[in-house]
Amino acid sequence: MNVELITFFIFSSLLIITSIKVITSSNPVLSAIYLVFSFFLSAVLWLLLGAEFLSIILILVYVGAVMVLFLFVVMMLDINIAKKSAAYIKYLPVGIGVFIIFNALIIFFFINTFENINYNAINSINVISESNTENLGYVLFTEYIVEFEIAGLILLLGILSAIVLTYRKNPNNKYQNPTEQIDVEKKDRLKIIKGLKE
Amino acid sequence: MIPISYYLILSTIIFTLSIAGIFLNRKNILVLLMSLELMFLSVNFNLITLGNYLGDLTGQVFVFFVLTVVAAESAIGLALLIVLFRNKKTIDVDDLSELKG
Repeated sequence: MNVELITFFIFSSLLIITSIKVITSSNPVLSAIYLVFSFFLSAVLWLLLGAEFLSIILILVYVGAVMVLFLFVVMMLDINIAKKSAAYIKYLPVGIGVFIIFNALIIFFFINTFENINYNAINSINVISESNTENLGYVLFTEYIVEFEIAGLILLLGILSAIVLTYRKNPNNKYQNPTEQIDVEKKDRLKIIKGLKE
Repeated sequence: MIPISYYLILSTIIFTLSIAGIFLNRKNILVLLMSLELMFLSVNFNLITLGNYLGDLTGQVFVFFVLTVVAAESAIGLALLIVLFRNKKTIDVDDLSELKG
């Protein structure tokens, strides 16, 4: 047993345990925190696979932004913690059955296909330096530049749609409308009444 | 070198766990979205593993784009969830029966 294998076994078993806790805990806050744990553990496993930039991105973007967003929503919604309902117990055998059947299908039928490929025969392509970040940046900004810009558009779309969906206009809000202020004319403000006797 | 099947089996287990989570947590859309995040994580695991073993960076580039799309998706999903909670005061999936489909 070398160090790499021991590290893999420790972190993958912890990852499976935290994934089980994500789907079984009754409190959504606990689920979110276990999801954060599983992101950290997978970042370590991605480091083992040599994807240094993506493991840092996983922690910075996922744990730092997406999971904080989840926790904010949990706080805003004020959900009462639901007890394990009858539906949960009703669907527990279904969940376990789906888990076992899919695992058996994939592990026993498809994994062997990947085992039998001779990976050493394939030459490494698009590698220009030792640094993973440098290689990734090189590929991303040359071959995949159009897709990179589309990714930026998708993020802009995400921002816009989140704002449009959740924005609520407050009728009590006192604000000035500059267009109306500029368009005002003399007859709107000044009213001359003739023939009024005192 | 760790055999590739270890990583593939690990990602398969996480993927099936998240499918089971979707079956189990039918009451709570929030936990459904979290199971979806776990599913994306396992798919990214597969892409990075195969990219590493094939010596090709395209897998990592794909993971980059998947992360982008998932960030936008979760932002929109949570916004929809907030609108839903504002209108119906619940996030139970069974109460979403206005279309009577």
